Parts: sequence; C-alpha cells; structure tokens
Amino acid sequence: MKSYEIVIGLEVHLQLDTQTKIFCGCATHFGRNPNSQTCPVCLGLPGSLPVLNQQVLESAMKIGLALNCTINTFVKFDRKNYYYPDLPKAYQISQYDFPIAKKGSLAVTTNGQTKNIGITRAHMEEDAGKLIHDPDIKSSLVDYNRTGVPLVEIVSEPDMRSSQEAYDYLTSLKLLMEYLDVSDCDMEKGSLRCDANVSIREAGSKEFGTKTELKNLNSFKAVKAAIDYEVARQIKMVEAGERIIQETRLWNDEKQMTFSMRSKEEAHDYRYFPEPDLVPFTITEKDIEKVRQTLPEFPQEKIDRFISQYQLSAYDASVLAQDKALAKFFEDCVVQLNAPKKICNWITSALKQELNTRKMDVHSIKLTPSDFVSLIKNVEEGVVSNLVGKEILTVMLDTGNACEVIIEEKGLRQVSDDEALNKIIDEILKENTPIVEQIKSGKESAVGFLVGQAMKKTQGKANPKKMGELIKRRIQNG
Amino acid sequence: MKLNELTAHEILDGLQAKTITAQAVTACVKEVIQAQDKKIHAYAHTDDAAIAPDAAMAGKYPIPIAIKDNICIKDYPTTCSSHILKGFRPPYDATVVRKLREAGLIFLGHANMDEFAFGSSTESSCYGVTKNPWNLACVPGGSSGGSAAAVAGNEAIWALGSDTGGSIRQPASFCGVVGLKPTYGRVSRYGLIAFASSLDQIGPITKDVTDCAILLNLIAGHDELDSTSANVPVPDFTQSLKKDVKDLKIGIPKEYFIEGVDAEVKQSVLEAINNLKAQGASFVEISLPHTEYAVATYYILATAEASSNLARFDGVQYGLRCQPEQQRRTPIIDLYEETRHQGFGAEAKRRIMLGTYSLSSGYYDAYYLKAQKVRTLIKQDFDEAFKACDAIITPTAPTTAFKLGEKTSDPLSMYLSDIYTISVNLAGIPALSLPCGFAKNGLPIGLQIMGKPFDEEMLFRIGYTYEQSTDWHKRRAVL
Repeated sequence: MKSYEIVIGLEVHLQLDTQTKIFCGCATHFGRNPNSQTCPVCLGLPGSLPVLNQQVLESAMKIGLALNCTINTFVKFDRKNYYYPDLPKAYQISQYDFPIAKKGSLAVTTNGQTKNIGITRAHMEEDAGKLIHDPDIKSSLVDYNRTGVPLVEIVSEPDMRSSQEAYDYLTSLKLLMEYLDVSDCDMEKGSLRCDANVSIREAGSKEFGTKTELKNLNSFKAVKAAIDYEVARQIKMVEAGERIIQETRLWNDEKQMTFSMRSKEEAHDYRYFPEPDLVPFTITEKDIEKVRQTLPEFPQEKIDRFISQYQLSAYDASVLAQDKALAKFFEDCVVQLNAPKKICNWITSALKQELNTRKMDVHSIKLTPSDFVSLIKNVEEGVVSNLVGKEILTVMLDTGNACEVIIEEKGLRQVSDDEALNKIIDEILKENTPIVEQIKSGKESAVGFLVGQAMKKTQGKANPKKMGELIKRRIQNG
Repeated sequence: MKLNELTAHEILDGLQAKTITAQAVTACVKEVIQAQDKKIHAYAHTDDAAIAPDAAMAGKYPIPIAIKDNICIKDYPTTCSSHILKGFRPPYDATVVRKLREAGLIFLGHANMDEFAFGSSTESSCYGVTKNPWNLACVPGGSSGGSAAAVAGNEAIWALGSDTGGSIRQPASFCGVVGLKPTYGRVSRYGLIAFASSLDQIGPITKDVTDCAILLNLIAGHDELDSTSANVPVPDFTQSLKKDVKDLKIGIPKEYFIEGVDAEVKQSVLEAINNLKAQGASFVEISLPHTEYAVATYYILATAEASSNLARFDGVQYGLRCQPEQQRRTPIIDLYEETRHQGFGAEAKRRIMLGTYSLSSGYYDAYYLKAQKVRTLIKQDFDEAFKACDAIITPTAPTTAFKLGEKTSDPLSMYLSDIYTISVNLAGIPALSLPCGFAKNGLPIGLQIMGKPFDEEMLFRIGYTYEQSTDWHKRRAVL
C-alpha cells in the first residue's frame, strides 16, 4: 500500500450566548416551551425586518481577534436562499463575501508539537429552528425558539493532517471560546457544532484529493472516529482504483460509519446576494481597538504566567489553564494562602479526582476557596493527616460543611501527643514480637509495617511521622 | 359638496369650526363604499370588525383612510391581493399603521392592488380588477390602483400606497390625484410586505398637495425596527406650502421627452412648465444619460429581491397550504410546489422565475451585479443633475390610463408604462405626481416632480404653487 497524507479542514458553528437573538429582542434560553421565544421578526412573518444586535457584532469581533484574524471594517450581510421548514424566511441571513473576520490562526499542540492551524474566516449568521418529528401524529412540528439565535461560523484552512490534530484543534478552539465567554460551547445542547472536510492524497503530492464533507458529528470523539472511518474508506477506494465522489456524508454514531447524504450535483445553489434589509456599515480601527481592550488573558498566556509567577511546572500550569474556572479557583486560593505549589497539588490531584467522579465542574460544587484553603492549612499544620484530609474533602463536597466542623463532628483530629501514642505503641509491640525482633537485628524497613498497624488501630488519626519516630526510639531503647 | 368629496384639510377646518362631525364624514364615506364599490372595486377587504376605531383613540385626525393590502394591520386580513396569503391576519401593526392609529385615523379597509405589487394596472389581484373612476373601461394604474381609485372615487379621503417602481405615482396620475414616493428611508417599511426591499417605500395618496404634506407629516420618521429608515430630522412639511417658486431652477431631462410620450401628455406638461415659469421659476435642460437602462436594471434588481422575499410563502406557517392528491416527490417538496403553484398568479410566477435566474450561480455577475453597477450610474446621473437644478419635472406616465385588458398579454409594454417613474426608485430620491390636465377622452394627466434626497419640501413647494393656480385637483370623478 502507498503512503497517504490526510487533509482535514473543520467548520465550527458556535452559538453565542447573548441575552437576545441576532435580529430581534427575543430571549435565547435553551429548552423552553416550543415557540415561546418568538416574535414576527424571528418567525419571518411578512413585513417584519431584522435589526442587528450590537452584542453579536462585538462577540464576533472578539472571536476574530482571539483567532488572530483581520477584522473587516466593512460590515455587510447577505441572504443565503434555500427551502427548509425550519427556515421561516426561506433564506438565512449570513455573511458571504465580507466575513467579519478572516485570515487568522490557532496554535494547536498535538503530541507535544505545536502547530498553527490557519483560520480562513469567521462570519456571523442566524440559526434555524428545530424540527420535531412526532411519530404519533405522523407529522413534523417546528420549534422556532432557536431561529435567530446568533451563530459565528469558524472555518479552518485544510491544515490538519490527522484525526488527533482535528481533535486537538477543537479542544483548543473550545477552550479559547470559553475564555472569551462568548458561548457555553456545549455540544449536547448544540451550541457548538462541527462539520469536517476530509480528503487524502499520496504523500508528497501538492494537489488536494477530492474531499467529502462529514456532518452529524455530535461530539469531539465522533469527529475523530468519523475522520478515521472516512480516511480508511477513501484509502480503500483509491487502492481499489475507484474515484472518490465529492459529497456530503452523515456520521452514524451507532454504526460508527459514514453514509452518503447528497452529491455535489445535488448541492444547493444558495443564490447569495446582499441583504437589502440591513444597510452595510463601517467600523473604525478605534472600535476594533476598544474590543481588543476587553479581551481576556488567553490560555497560553495564563500557562506562561502561572509558570513564572507561581513557579508551577509546565504540566501543572497547563492542567489548571485547561479549565478557566479551575484556574480562577486556584488563584483565589493563593490569595488566601501563599502556597501555590501545595494548592496546585491539592487541586490537580484530590479536587480534580472528586470533580471527575462527580462529573461536575468547579462552578457547580459547594466549595469556596476559603473552605478549601482551610482544609489545606489543617493538613499542613498536622491537625489531620493527608489521608484524612482527602476524606474530609469528600464530606465537604457532599455536605457543604466547613472543614473545622467536619473535623470536630467526626473527631478526626490527628493524635500527636506522646502519651496517647505510646499507649498504642505498647499494644502494637506486644502483638508483633517477631517484627520487633527483625528490627532489632537491623531490618529498619519493618518499622513501616508497625506504623501501618498503628494507623489501622487509630483509623488514620495517628500522626504517622511521629509514630514512626516513637516506635524506633522505643525499640532502640528497649 | 358632499362630505366624502372633501379634502382632509377641509374636514379638519370643518371640525374646528364645528360645521361637520367626524362621525358624519366617516358614515358618508362608508355609505359611498357600500353603494359604489361594486363598480370600482377599490377595496380588497372592508369588513371593519377588526379595525373599528377605539373610542379612547379618538385623536386629532379622524380622517377615513384606505390602506394598501400589503401594509400589515393587526388581526386584519393582509394579503397582498394574493391567494397565497388567504386568511393571513398579521399579529402586529406596521409602523405607519401604528402611527396613524395614534393620530386617530379611521381605517376603512385594505385597498386592492396588483398581486404583491407586481403590475401597473391592478389587473393581477386575486380579487379581480379595480376600475378607473374617471372611466370604468380603463385601468386605475398600479400597483396601488385600489388606493388611488378609492381616493379618486371619493371612497376614502386619504390612502396609503407603496411605490417600488412607480406604484404610487402612476395610479395617482391615471386617477387624477396626488401621490408621493418619499425618499428611500423617509418612511418606515416595518410591516410593509416586501416586494423589492431596496426600492419599496410607503407613501400618501391624497386629493391635493396640502393633504399630501399633512399625511407625510404623520407617517415620516426614523424607526428602530427598520434599519433602512433614515435617522434624519423630519420637518413640518406643511410649512413648505407657504413658499413660492421664485428663483428656483427646475431641470427638464432631455431623455424624457422623446418618442413614446403621448402628444396630449407632453402638451399638458409643457403648459405646467410655462405656468411655473410665469410664477418665477426658471428651467434648464438637463441630462440623465443612463435613463435608457433604467427599466432593464429595475427588472433585474426588483425581481431578484422579490424572488427571495416571496420564498417564505411556502405553506408551512401561514396562508394557503396545498398538498397534491397524488404524492409526486417528498411530502414537504410536494407541499411547497403545490402551494406555490396554486397560490401565485402568472405575473408573480414570472417575476420569481426571472429573479431566481438572475441570482443563479453563473448568471449573477452578468445580471444582478451588472445591474447594481448601472444602478449606481443612474444614481450618479441624478447627483450630477441636481448640481444644476433644485428639482426635475417630467410626465408621470407616457400616456393616460389605458383600457382594461389592453396590456395584460404583453408584459413588456406593461413594464414600459413605468418608464418615467422607475429611475426615482433606483436613485432612492423622492417624487411627487399631481394632476396637470385632462386629455380629450376625459382622463387625467399627471405631472411628476423629482427632488433631492430628503427634500420632499421642494416637491411640495413647487407642487402647491402650481396646484393653486389650476383647478385640476378640484375636479371630482362622476360615477
């Protein structure tokens, strides 16, 4: 078999989480009663006219700037004409020849290698409604709540060379958008959608192969799987001497296969033309600068700062930066306790583990930075052991109670006073005479076993370090 | 004079002097509609249950008005005189309707029109033709033929029309009344069911220039719901009626007085020019060199926009819905095709096809884009011309009203009846049509005055000065 190069470009539709729709004042909440968030404008009723929501323009500019794009100062909308029952005007207001942003890039790291993926363009448009097919009444219903929800479509260059790169591009893009706070990026709610253009060519070839467009990709995992499937399908066809047809293919997640939806010949002629209901206008460099000033710190900037400011490892810094809320939680903790490395360890190990098992994020848990800091302090000061500390964290998350309350209620205070510990040691030395003999004859490592026994007896409350010292001293002296 | 034959400013004077009552005027107009509209058929809908004025809304202007059937009135049948919108009652008022409601106007009903404003004769309405009150064998012009005929036939004191290529001015000319196409952006289009969004403009149809200025006062102004409405100051247009025409320079485009224009029309317009000259205006020949491309440019751009604007009439959400007896393709495509097949008339279908064609990939550059460029040239013609004059005078239409059925089988000759009005829409400037005589056959002749953008005041100033020295506007059609 010959060697092939994979060529992938992605189109991402991002729903902006503005308060109101792109061309009218209707709310944009997800999951409300069908058609409860509509008006003559988003229903496309005869005579109604669109008016641009300035917030949408601002968010789109932010996205363009974050993706290192040039912002088009000439803002113009176009009509994309096609019939579908979820599209009440039978055209979508979109941007055709003057997208708000063009020619940018996004840094994507795959297997430790960072690469700039080109961004062709990003443009504003309106979302369509939702069809609900009801088998009981044998007909379809339309929910127009989603019509007119603002979208930004982000189109990449065909710069990705593996499904992993595509996956990492999406992860980086999603993270960047979360940092910008322009979308909730929730694929399950459809606020982030992705189509993939996939082709193959012989390694070293300069020409592109015929591409297929993959749709119905409902998760990043599905994007990766669909690309892998499609690449294998295309290679098999080429090896068999067959020609690849330019077409749109739908991913079937159950069967893990793509199926042909329509060929290029059946493709729509969208008859784009300038939207006469929205007068084009220009924005100034000053307007762009104003938006640029509102841009937040980006993930890579945050990683760099965490490394230099808090002396975190690159790995730890990037784990924190992967989650904007978690990174903020970290910094809120550091303000209260100047022990960034310790706090980072607690977050990236114990807290993350808890979040993962609970399938929750740091927003949705009952834990304030000051609660968390007081837990860490208690462990540091030896009030409780590290192990008990982790158990306390679990209870804190379950109940929302403060660390001190839990320690007192459950009597978890670590036992450190010599008298109490010596009493326990008496018992253990008696019960483990063979081990004591081994230690006496020079096998010091067996002390650990005795400490373990002591911890068991005290349900973890004994201070293990102190316990070890006392046992050693007693055996040496005895 | 009967109450229904009065102008609005006469009614307002009478109300102030307490010589008449608003109720009596409205009752009189409604009686005349009852008695006479069978002959003219100016109205598409007159059932007034949904538009009965609220007593609380009694305002300064209790003037009975006819509204063209493409301007939305809340909960009232608004159908563009098309089968496809049968049963459609918009859940909202057009901005102009809201404004008129607030001023206390009395809505008489929706005036008949060419289907979706596609036409110059009001013969393509799904409700049947409207006839010219001056001669029932003739058309009233179009597409606002119902609005013009209602005013000319004294079945309304005022009317609102819409003008995309002459649809207010040409019927005003044919019916011997005053019609204004305001500057694009002067009046909100919110609630006007679009034909060609970049050309459409709502405007008044009245019995004289004074009424026209009063009605424009009521409907003009920026609207936050219409991005294309201009945020410019609105003067009191009645103030401009006080000014004369001394020292005004009026342009006469040489391209407008060549072959094709009817001799009597030409004669009347020349007499109007002489009249204004005698009152102190001077005239200068100007050139609008791209005039010959206006009709072609218009029919590419207007149909392109129309093909997209009318795509929403698909049977899914409102209006007509049809399904063929036998399934042909998929149920939804069958629904689209059958609804549009049965719902649209021949001219609507012709224009949708023309527009779809010129926007199609491979043809866009040659048609739509080229037409946009010519539109810019036409606009520049006017910019250039207005450097040398304050206004431009032309005939409104090349002929008087033609016979019913005369042009229905020849769309091209129908399109040419708008030859003098179309450029104004392409350039976005205002133009007024007012009566300037009658032909030997008894039909009215219209004079068109074009102005600079947002200079409707100049049109009223010239129009009023001319009107006051004639009595054309005082003649009433006798049925």
